[in-house]
Amino acid sequence: MIKVKNLSKKFKNFVAVDNISFEVPAGEIFAFLGPNGAGKSTTIKMLTTLLKPSDGEMTINNIDPVKDPKETRRSFGIVFQDPSLDEDLTAWENINFHGVLYGVPKKVRKERGEQLLKLVELWDRRKSLVKKFSGGMKRRLEIARGLLHHPKVLFLDEPTLGLDPQTRNLMWSYLKELNKSEKTTIFFSTHYMDEAERIADRIAIIDQGKIITIGSAEELKKQTSTESLEEAFLKLTGKKIRDEEANNVDRMRKFNRR
Amino acid sequence: MQKIYIFWLRQIKKYFRSKSRIIGSLGQPILFLLALGYGFGSVFQQAGEGNYLNFLAPGIIAMSIIFTAIFSGIEVIWDRQFGFLKETLAAPVSRLQIMIGRTLGGATVATFQGILVLFISLLFGLELSSFSFIIPAILVMFLIALLFTAIGTLIASLLEDMQGFQLIMNFLVMPLFFLSGALYPLDNLPNFLTIITKINPLSYGVDALRILLTDNGHFSLSLDILVLSVFTACLLFLGSFFFKRIQV
Ligand SMILES: Nc1ncnc2c1ncn2[C@@H]1O[C@H](COP(=O)(O)OP(=O)(O)OP(=O)(O)O)[C@@H](O)[C@H]1O
Ligand SMILES: [Mg+2]
Repeated sequence: MIKVKNLSKKFKNFVAVDNISFEVPAGEIFAFLGPNGAGKSTTIKMLTTLLKPSDGEMTINNIDPVKDPKETRRSFGIVFQDPSLDEDLTAWENINFHGVLYGVPKKVRKERGEQLLKLVELWDRRKSLVKKFSGGMKRRLEIARGLLHHPKVLFLDEPTLGLDPQTRNLMWSYLKELNKSEKTTIFFSTHYMDEAERIADRIAIIDQGKIITIGSAEELKKQTSTESLEEAFLKLTGKKIRDEEANNVDRMRKFNRR
Repeated sequence: MQKIYIFWLRQIKKYFRSKSRIIGSLGQPILFLLALGYGFGSVFQQAGEGNYLNFLAPGIIAMSIIFTAIFSGIEVIWDRQFGFLKETLAAPVSRLQIMIGRTLGGATVATFQGILVLFISLLFGLELSSFSFIIPAILVMFLIALLFTAIGTLIASLLEDMQGFQLIMNFLVMPLFFLSGALYPLDNLPNFLTIITKINPLSYGVDALRILLTDNGHFSLSLDILVLSVFTACLLFLGSFFFKRIQV
């Protein structure tokens, strides 16, 4: 479903993504695990037509995002890492706007929109302007919005950042269900070991723009002869993703959202 | 079609929700009408040019349109900073559709602002030559609005953030306004000013409004409309070209 070959991205002299290759078969849940600045978001932006790669090839659903961006955009949905709501619109208007852009029929927009807003507990606030929401509420709305249409591939860039554990669980069970019932391919990035281990079929560990290894959590542990994904990660990259670091990002994101 | 409409609707909703913006942007035209319209009135009359308020009002209407229109275009930068632009650029909509929807929305809003100023001018004593030309005048307002929203979008596609905003106000919007026929008649100007006013599309917009509202023009209505249309077409084209190249 997703094929990437020798993909690179340079910003001026800085190499953010360095010659990476991987494939994600249809229906798989695939995780990008890596520390800050590893190149996760940059890769996702290239796949989703928002950035032009410096080098390399890729296809989504057998379509080339560089050559045919418009057709590619029909195949995927995305939840961004950074804020992406219109704060001067209400929660419902944001949902509806998204539905129209993605050609979701009116009836489905209404039904699924209601179901999703209830799932993230924002249904009662659907008529409030988004700028009056807290950081976590905005994040929940973004998740709900991202799930409104059911694409072939769903990209989620650190979707659980800033979410409370309860909403995380709700979100993942919804996604797993979607993955099962509609064979949706799910590509997500994360800092959280447990999330990668619990949710993903396969994990790519990425650091400093390079993919260090790819495999299921079991395989990664076996490969490094370690007991936990955490230790495997430490052995492969030589560093820890500290909780502290993740928390900092959470805080930064909330700060940005004001 | 529905996709273009939703972009249009978004601009309209945002505009009507920001009451302070609507009222705030009426302050300047009112000040100009008061200070200039009444202030220069007698000098103008003595120079044998007739009623200055009648002369000035179309210029002030055009002013409020271009300020609102350019600002609407520039809102693309806000959308980029608040991240909403990503949401639209990753969606299966062509950039052209986004650009058209936004531009129509911005132009509608700017036209509305122009109509408000027209009514205010009537309160200040503007005498229309004929009420039947109000509708064509509103169409001309829309054309002016379209042109300057496209310019705003074009600029926004080239800028990363709002830091260049002041630069644009001082080196583009203000000169466009002051170096058009909005405030003074275009006859007997020094040569360099004649040249500048002639290549400024706003001169033609103001002139068309003046012909339709007060039957007092410098060029001819057909020339005005032709120039405005050609400029609008070119800028929409250029605007969509640069808009397509935006990366986030
Ligand atoms: N527009 C840009 N211009 C210059 N450098 C950039 C740009 N975008 C990203 N980078 C750099 O590329 C590197 C990778 O960034 P990216 O956002 O892909 O990391 P990430 O893996 O998503 O990290 P995080 O976990 O913090 O989200 C970083 O060092 C970043 O500074
Ligand atoms: Mg990132």
